[in-house]
Amino acid sequence: MLSFIRKRAVASLISLVGLIVMVFFLSRLTGDPAALFLPVEASAEMKDQFRELHGLNDPLLVQFGRYVGDVLTGDLGESLRKARPALDVVLEAFVWTLWLAIITMTLVTGAAIVVGSLAAFRAGGFFDRLSSIISLLGASVPDFWIAIVAIVVFSVNLGWLPTSGTGSLLHWILPICVLFIRPFGIIVQVVRGSMIGALSSAYVKTARAKGVRSGPIIFVHALRNAMLPVITVIGDQAASLLNGAVIVETIFGFPGVGKLMIDSILQRDFNVVLAAILVTALAIFLMNLLIDLAYALLDPRIRH
Amino acid sequence: MAEHLLEVRNLSVEFHTAAGVVKAVRDISYHLDRGETLAILGESGSGKSVSSSAIMNLIDMPPGRISSGEILLDGVDLLKMPAHERRAVNGRRIAMIFQDPLSHLNPVYTVGWQIREALTTHGTAAATARAEALRLLTRVGIPEPERSLDKYPHEFSGGQRQRVMIAMALALRPDLLIADEPTTALDVTVQAEVLALLEELQQETGMAVLIITHDLGVVAEIADRVVVMEKGVLVEAGTVREVYRNPQHPYTQKLIAAAPGKGAMHEPAARTEPVLSVRDVRKRYGAFEALKGVSFDLMPGETMAVVGESGSGKSTLARVLLRLDEPDAGSAQWKGRDLFTLSPAELYKLRRDLQMVFQDPTQSLNPRMTVYQLISEAWLIHPDILPRAKWRDRVAELLVQVGLGPEHMGRYPHQFSGGQRQRIAIARALALEPQLIICDEAVSALDVSVQAQVIALLDRLRREMGIAFIFIAHDLPVVRDFADHVMVMQRGKVVEFGTVRDVFEAPREGYTRALLAAGLDPDPDVQAAHRAARLKRA
Repeated sequence: MLSFIRKRAVASLISLVGLIVMVFFLSRLTGDPAALFLPVEASAEMKDQFRELHGLNDPLLVQFGRYVGDVLTGDLGESLRKARPALDVVLEAFVWTLWLAIITMTLVTGAAIVVGSLAAFRAGGFFDRLSSIISLLGASVPDFWIAIVAIVVFSVNLGWLPTSGTGSLLHWILPICVLFIRPFGIIVQVVRGSMIGALSSAYVKTARAKGVRSGPIIFVHALRNAMLPVITVIGDQAASLLNGAVIVETIFGFPGVGKLMIDSILQRDFNVVLAAILVTALAIFLMNLLIDLAYALLDPRIRH
Repeated sequence: MAEHLLEVRNLSVEFHTAAGVVKAVRDISYHLDRGETLAILGESGSGKSVSSSAIMNLIDMPPGRISSGEILLDGVDLLKMPAHERRAVNGRRIAMIFQDPLSHLNPVYTVGWQIREALTTHGTAAATARAEALRLLTRVGIPEPERSLDKYPHEFSGGQRQRVMIAMALALRPDLLIADEPTTALDVTVQAEVLALLEELQQETGMAVLIITHDLGVVAEIADRVVVMEKGVLVEAGTVREVYRNPQHPYTQKLIAAAPGKGAMHEPAARTEPVLSVRDVRKRYGAFEALKGVSFDLMPGETMAVVGESGSGKSTLARVLLRLDEPDAGSAQWKGRDLFTLSPAELYKLRRDLQMVFQDPTQSLNPRMTVYQLISEAWLIHPDILPRAKWRDRVAELLVQVGLGPEHMGRYPHQFSGGQRQRIAIARALALEPQLIICDEAVSALDVSVQAQVIALLDRLRREMGIAFIFIAHDLPVVRDFADHVMVMQRGKVVEFGTVRDVFEAPREGYTRALLAAGLDPDPDVQAAHRAARLKRA
């Protein structure tokens, strides 16, 4: 088990190194960094000064070494707009996004497993058809549209919920509900398909021959076997939330990392953008490691 | 008190499929008493498993429907029971074991957990269940039972897994055990052990056993009475001896006549110049040594059977000879050239001389190609054999040769039965006019009556076309009917080699004798004598 974790961690580390290299070249090779980092109206003199200050005239390899050193010591530069370390700015926003993602994905996973499993248990039945229609709609309807409609209905017309911001628990309800819909639609479909296979398997027949009740047959015997493909999809969906639900966060004025990235790009706060990419990537690597661990926990054949 | 423990009366089951209603069993009746063993004998598609699924309430409805009949357990109709009472019967009063224990055990839970579940589901306290699971595993003969409780199904061998299934099924001492082909996937020696265990346990608990099988040998070994099924209809019933000695129905007569191992044995001609000469072949997969130096000679037009249990290396030998896997050492002289040192280009040319027929024709035939495409594909790869204009005629000829017809050319594999598909696979091998065909368990998956036909076909091809065969099999009676020479393998080594008569009638090695003794004879009297001899030895 430990060697399994170590192997996975090393594999993730390699990708992480690749990412750091990419982020560096993204900032150095897509044009003049001075032009990227400084405001459009900066003079040629300011640009020269900027280059000198940040060592942009040094050979690329030297710059890269310095950059890696900075990354390893957690120094990702200053936010030009907020005059604070970029990392602090990003982490502040990332905590909001992380909570939003954790709460949403927990709700999505729980609901999708129950709905998908029950749909599979009576495949072709009324509940199956109903859940198929709902999940298909959920997976297809664009979230910005739902977000706007939800604001119009629940905030403007009914006045039940705030339109945007973060002041109270009520502020969380609309973003979570909107972000819930698409992953739920997708995961229900995967759970259903995977569970239909598991429920028609030979070991489920054995369980029925043992006289095991329907509940444990679905949620103990079949589900654990059916979860492997589902976990992969849960990972994908969680990753897209961790990346920052850019549109939904922006619409609801939610101070997450997605909104921060959009704002920083518009304000040309390039250090913050790079820091945000690095932080979210690190989070996704950690999550993939967790998913690999979940695989091993669920299936003894992977452990051995 | 009811007359019988189990009574199936006028049971009919149908399945509603896209192609229409399939009547899987029609109006069948049988009964079973405590302490008795009843065998349901039938080939694939006979519906022999359907009635037991109905007894266990395992038929999915829809598409299944029980259109008539009753299933009485101690006089109470299982089909009319409320769902919760019905569920309580499964596992407690009736239990079941299956053909393939690996897929029938849940891969993600320990065997200890799965045995405990059988107990706790019906109300046993968790602490008691733990002790009981240990007792059961010990009883069925699992080594290191304490540690084995925490192991997963994939960590056991096939025979051990079936023992675990048995432990689980008998956890609550059911009145009736249904065993659906319980030993079909096992080696002969393991099969004998598992059947013996079942009998012992039956004597201990006095349960009734309903065994579903296609194997007359299993019937002769374990059953008191037998019912024979054909196409959903029960055609014959009686004691095992009655049915075997004096079968009434033509189907039963055909089935008994088709049982292999009764014909005259081949008398091979004196050995001369070998066509294939194999010396000291070795192959390892990681730490596992699959072949530990295998040598033999094969004469032209001769059939050499390779027998042995799983893990003996017989399939590895086939793969290495055809260079589907590369050998680690050794040589294989084929007409003066070493197969193992040929370059890929030379090998490619030589491939047409050496063909292979696999066990499962469903998997080895591409389902999206017609029979014509499947057979003529060989000429697409080796265009020098036959000009395209003659392909159609030659395919027709080959189909006739293997007992099919030219009208089958445009059809796809799924439109054929298992035996017909194996004939197509043989026709495909013949298309290249090979001099050696390696058959890896080529008839193992076929019904007995079909098996006999395919063997007869191979034997005719050997005589008429002078093709040599390496016939890999675990089924000894089939080997006895077909082989000239027999090579017995155990753990990657040849333990005995001789003419079929020598090996079957005067085996030199203990391992060969054990293999032969473990084989089951379809004749209940012969089998009874085997048993008596076995008990005396024990």
